[in-house]
Amino acid sequence: MMRLELVKRPQRSALFSVLSPFIAFALTVIAGAIMFALLGVNPFNAFNVYFIQPVSEVWQLHELAIKAAPLILIAVGLSVCYKANIWNIGAEGQFILGSIFGSIIPVLFPDFEGPLVLPLMLLLGMVGGALYASIPALLKTRFSTNEILTSLMLVYVAQLFLDWLVRGPWRDPQGHGFPQTIQFSDSATLPQLMPDAGRANWGFVFALVAAVGIWLMMSRMLKGFEVRVLGSSPRAGRFAGFGFNKMVFFTFLLSGALAGLAGISEVSGAIGQLQPVISPGYGFTAIIVAFLGRLNPLGIVAAGLVLALTYLGGEAVQTALGISDKVARVFQGMLLFFVLGCDTLIHYRIRLIGFAAPKLEAAPKLEEAR
Amino acid sequence: MDITVNILLTIATAATPLLIAAIGELVVERSGVLNLGVEGMMIMGAVGGFGAGYLTGSPWIGLLAAIIVGALFSLLFAVMTLSLATNQVATGLSLTLLGLGLSGMIGTSFVGQPGVRLPNLDIPGLSSIPVVGKLIFGQDPLFYLSIALTAAVMWFLFKTRTGLTLRSIGDSHSSAHALGIKVIRYRYLAVIFGGACAGLAGGHLSLVYTPQWVENMSAGRGWIALALVVFASWRPWRVLAGAYIFGAVWIGQLHAQAFGIPVPSQFLSSLPYLATIVVLVLISRNKRLTMMNTPASLGQPFVPDR
Repeated sequence: MMRLELVKRPQRSALFSVLSPFIAFALTVIAGAIMFALLGVNPFNAFNVYFIQPVSEVWQLHELAIKAAPLILIAVGLSVCYKANIWNIGAEGQFILGSIFGSIIPVLFPDFEGPLVLPLMLLLGMVGGALYASIPALLKTRFSTNEILTSLMLVYVAQLFLDWLVRGPWRDPQGHGFPQTIQFSDSATLPQLMPDAGRANWGFVFALVAAVGIWLMMSRMLKGFEVRVLGSSPRAGRFAGFGFNKMVFFTFLLSGALAGLAGISEVSGAIGQLQPVISPGYGFTAIIVAFLGRLNPLGIVAAGLVLALTYLGGEAVQTALGISDKVARVFQGMLLFFVLGCDTLIHYRIRLIGFAAPKLEAAPKLEEAR
Repeated sequence: MDITVNILLTIATAATPLLIAAIGELVVERSGVLNLGVEGMMIMGAVGGFGAGYLTGSPWIGLLAAIIVGALFSLLFAVMTLSLATNQVATGLSLTLLGLGLSGMIGTSFVGQPGVRLPNLDIPGLSSIPVVGKLIFGQDPLFYLSIALTAAVMWFLFKTRTGLTLRSIGDSHSSAHALGIKVIRYRYLAVIFGGACAGLAGGHLSLVYTPQWVENMSAGRGWIALALVVFASWRPWRVLAGAYIFGAVWIGQLHAQAFGIPVPSQFLSSLPYLATIVVLVLISRNKRLTMMNTPASLGQPFVPDR
């Protein structure tokens, strides 16, 4: 029987912290090829359809940006949470509440038009997401309730609430009974960046600005230092006078606001109205984006584009090869697995120990002593 | 009278998958490992169980397949967190995401197909006793298994030496390791047991509760099972009580919808999730109780040094 053994590295490996996302991506592609072969599809053909064809024309790059924008926006917020060792996994719900809050103006006050409409909508979207995120934060700080479970439960509640709104009070009376709100007016629609070339809208710019902003905060500002200290050692953070409860609120409100902004941007930009389902699981996929990007905002931009491609590829294989688009979710799940596994290489050396091999007791100890 | 019996029966059917999954996760967490992948293992068990039952026509083979699929899927988590010492929260989440995607892909061809249902217990004479007959002698086999499993886990954890060892690992893996206990091996077995239970719970959904395959049919039950373990402060009999409370909430909102109570159905559907939050808050308010019962090394990766 073979056995894995982890040997702690004296310091984290700089090489592997750069390489690990790439190794993970390569492993995902290999595992994906095996999966396609099992499904009876030529892997090279499938690879071409999945990863190359969806980004071979300019308008398709715009579609990529549309999918990447919410992923990046949500993931940069989550990265701050996770750095602080605080686990907001309810971004999907905060995304929905952001979209609902932001839609208050175009749905309830459709006659209100002008240049003020959009900024107000975006602001309301952020407020909605942040308010919804404040619930698990409040419960955690006040009653030390596990934030993972509460934030996740609120996702289901948010989905049901949206479903009720668009089938009930907010349904378009002229919509022939379809469960959707009225189409947003022009002044409530997020403008496209280059309407002649493709559909990409300002949401992608928001995502890039947020990524750079959070990167500056994390690397250049005291707040970022506070996040990192509290995340790696809450005790040290307390001695430095950083409040843990304040940090819980800060990270939840920040990530909630960004998820809310992503929600209203998606609805006002790509969709144009509220529907029972407005997200193909962006809030959960963003968790993968955050880890694939090594919890670094700039890495997250790249990771967001990669995960956006998995969505487009999923749609492409469905139309071209007749494979379920669920394959995208499988790719995303595998990718996260491989990323987490490869991250082990940063902190540990992996040794395979054969059944018969004698135990080397002295060598690693010497190494540790040095 | 018949209505009451029927309601009690449906509550038991709704509570059984929660109980089985939560009991499995309780053993995992008692060994100091937090596996957030219950939802993913459950849905994989559901699709595996449905598929095997549909293809062979035997619900029993389906049930067996559900257990095996759940256990194999949890092995993935075990290798990652135990052998590679990855972050347990993130790995558990990815197990759930992968399970939801993979089950959807595997189950595409099962949608709308008629499934097979595990027959209820039927003892001639006994099962037809009015009122109690059906409740005690006429339920699905997994109901009895879930009760027996709870009792067995209770006995194992608190009355056997191995159970004591398992709990000691959960409280301090370093001390256990220093005593020469094979921490990683125990944890592997605990995680696989948890996976088998979650798979079985999923099998209950697709072979008993609603004998068909619907995408995402676990509908958050895996997460509720995780909450149940916290609610029960890691004690098996409290998991049993909790599972039945949640089963009652789940069935209560369904009946309320059927009776046409003038509240939007979406609000009623969100009750189980809201109830989970309320219950978690109530239990975590009592910090001393939580502190006393939480396995002290829950969620911390362990790398044996020599």
